[in-house]
Amino acid sequence: MYDSPLRKTEVDTNASKISARDVQVYYGDTHAIKDVNVEILDKTVTAFIGPSGCGKSTFLRTLNRMNDTIDICRVEGLIELDGEDIYDKRVDPVQLRAKVGMVFQKPNPFPKSIYDNVAYGPRIHGLARNKAELDEIVEKALRRGAIWNEVKDRLDAPGTGLSGGQQQRLCIARAVATEPEVLLMDEPCSALDPIATSQVEELIDELRENYSVVIVTHSMQQAARVSQKTAFFHLGNLVEYGDTSQIFTNPVDPRTESYITGRIG
Amino acid sequence: MPVLWLILIVLALAVAGYVAGRARAISGAGDDRRALHSLPSYYGWNVAMKVMVPAFLVLIVWLIAQPFIVNTKATSLLPESAIPEGSTLGLVMSDVRRVADGLDLSVAQGLLSAGDAATLTVGGSDIRAMLGSAGVAVGTEITPEVLAAAQSYRSTNATGDLLRSIVVIGLGLIGGALALAQTNPDFRARNAVERGIRAILVGAASLAILTTIGIVLSLVFNTIEFFRIYPASEFFGSFTWSPSFGGGSQLGIWPLLWGTLYISLIALLVSVPIGLFAAVYLSEYAGPKFRAVAKPALELLAGIPTIVYGLFALLTVGPLLLSVFGRDGLGWMQAGTAVMTAGLVMGIMLIPFVSSLSDDIINAVPQSLRDGSYGLGATKSETIKQVILPAALPGIVGAILLAASRAIGETMIVVMGAGAAARLSLNPFDAMTTVTAKIVSQLTGDADFASPEALVAFALGMTLFVMTLGLNVFALFIVRKYREQYD
Ligand SMILES: Nc1ncnc2c1ncn2[C@@H]1O[C@H](COP(=O)(O)OP(=O)(O)OP(=O)(O)O)[C@@H](O)[C@H]1O
Ligand SMILES: [Mg+2]
Repeated sequence: MYDSPLRKTEVDTNASKISARDVQVYYGDTHAIKDVNVEILDKTVTAFIGPSGCGKSTFLRTLNRMNDTIDICRVEGLIELDGEDIYDKRVDPVQLRAKVGMVFQKPNPFPKSIYDNVAYGPRIHGLARNKAELDEIVEKALRRGAIWNEVKDRLDAPGTGLSGGQQQRLCIARAVATEPEVLLMDEPCSALDPIATSQVEELIDELRENYSVVIVTHSMQQAARVSQKTAFFHLGNLVEYGDTSQIFTNPVDPRTESYITGRIG
Repeated sequence: MPVLWLILIVLALAVAGYVAGRARAISGAGDDRRALHSLPSYYGWNVAMKVMVPAFLVLIVWLIAQPFIVNTKATSLLPESAIPEGSTLGLVMSDVRRVADGLDLSVAQGLLSAGDAATLTVGGSDIRAMLGSAGVAVGTEITPEVLAAAQSYRSTNATGDLLRSIVVIGLGLIGGALALAQTNPDFRARNAVERGIRAILVGAASLAILTTIGIVLSLVFNTIEFFRIYPASEFFGSFTWSPSFGGGSQLGIWPLLWGTLYISLIALLVSVPIGLFAAVYLSEYAGPKFRAVAKPALELLAGIPTIVYGLFALLTVGPLLLSVFGRDGLGWMQAGTAVMTAGLVMGIMLIPFVSSLSDDIINAVPQSLRDGSYGLGATKSETIKQVILPAALPGIVGAILLAASRAIGETMIVVMGAGAAARLSLNPFDAMTTVTAKIVSQLTGDADFASPEALVAFALGMTLFVMTLGLNVFALFIVRKYREQYD
């Protein structure tokens, strides 16, 4: 493995990685997230499910302070990464985002070559000592993004020239290349075919060995397949959070049950 | 009938046609709109269009053609002998037109009856005095030939005007009647209107292109004329520009071209970095409040007339530079007018141009790209440098080349800031001059219009035109190339 400055020393399995307490998010006057308390565990895949517009993406974006880029967005409450408040004034959001990577709902490759897209993060953070090492990082990331075989002969072609599903996998590879400790994925498979989806799910499972992964999904099957913990959001509230098996077989809240059985959504 | 009335009548016909077409379509469908192929208003528009388009087209052609015909006819009445020694046909014809105008005015003021105006003879009364009291002064004695030509001019014009009114209104009526006859519930009025709109748009586009071609042609003929009397090898090969109106001028374009390029280069060196950085600051860093104030303020700069910039160069920048680089300072500069002065001021003029265009382009870069970069832990400036600017590059290059075109074509600042000496020098503190400034001075001098000293202006204009055209083609090429690669 690489001597990445971002790599953390081993932590006890399933220790808390991110803890959110009484989090409120407002867009201007809209109260988008209400009183959310959640512990996201290390080396665990956590799925966020819930109907459209319930605030899954919003909450996900608070976890790496991507909401800072939205002028009207305001976050209250405490969010800690490894016990440190990430909204503290001393915390550099740029450093934070290198540790907490993100894959977006819509694929957003840079107008650069496929290679440069993946090498973007490693170059910024100086993860490679030389070109050979960078090549290695890029190849590994593309393999993990389940796209290596499709692009290995055209690494110099623009990333924007790929199909939508390929672009999304390129974005996953790009996020993985930075070796984040936590990977936030916002509906990463919504544009993918079943084969690519299962490859990405394999990747998520593999990432779990070292990192913590949070995935937003509208597919109950996917949530059940890949995650160990599931959080159900409804109208800005975290209605229920628990082991995936428990949520899907024996939900406590009636709203959760209605949602997963397809009655609200 | 005056043209304005004619236009109003055709418009009124069109309105009537609209109402009639609409009503006819609805009644044809038995008051059931659903039975119509198109919405009722389309039937109305179809009729209105067929009233207006042919009538107005003919009117336009007529307005252009009639003066030619009238002129030729009046000219044919003037025998060779009617042109006095030392005069030309053109001068005599302008007398004819003046007399005809005078007769018109006299009739309008009641000094003359319409019948008398047509039968007037030179011997009968003092026509000059009468025309003078009507407000038209005729310089020379009015000869019988000129009077006859003027009378023919008037009568042809009058017949032409009458015919014009009849033809235009007739065409409007015929077009409207045909369209009304077409109108029935199954008629595809919507498609007809669509075709009509398309034709109008095509017409507008071709008119724009034709005008451009016309402008180029007007340059080309005079340029060819110039190269007939002055060798092109001298024009493009000589390094001296010294027009002397007594003849024996040296008209080499290089000193002027060099001045143009040197001043433009300095202007771009000033405006591109400042404009681009201002745009980046405004679009990426500035808060919405500051932006709301600063952007219009910057664009205000673009509205300042260039003559004001010229004054700024002459009165402020020139003396300022002179105090630093002049004899009292470093001793590189002789006078306030210099390439540097004009270049700096022109650069200031171009800043809002570059910044405003670049700002729009940078804002058009999708937010998702910024998010992607921030999400990987990039800082703002890394994101700008590595993602936003590359994505916006084609547009920015376009903006810069546009600014370059403006710099090359700028005249006023150069006249007032750079001096008038055509010189090939590397020292930016020397006075130089540009192609545009020399076009002005060559054409406004007292040189005979047919002399190479005056005609050279057209060759210079043509060179400028070709240069800016090349620049724009190059800009398009770069933009295309990038698009292909990244879209
Ligand atoms: N930039 C924004 N400005 C204002 N309101 C926003 C913004 N982004 C989201 N919202 C609002 O916040 C609420 C939550 O939106 P969010 O995008 O988090 O939903 P979501 O659960 O991710 O939905 P989906 O499943 O459709 O992606 C919505 O009501 C939305 O209108
Ligand atoms: Mg979402």
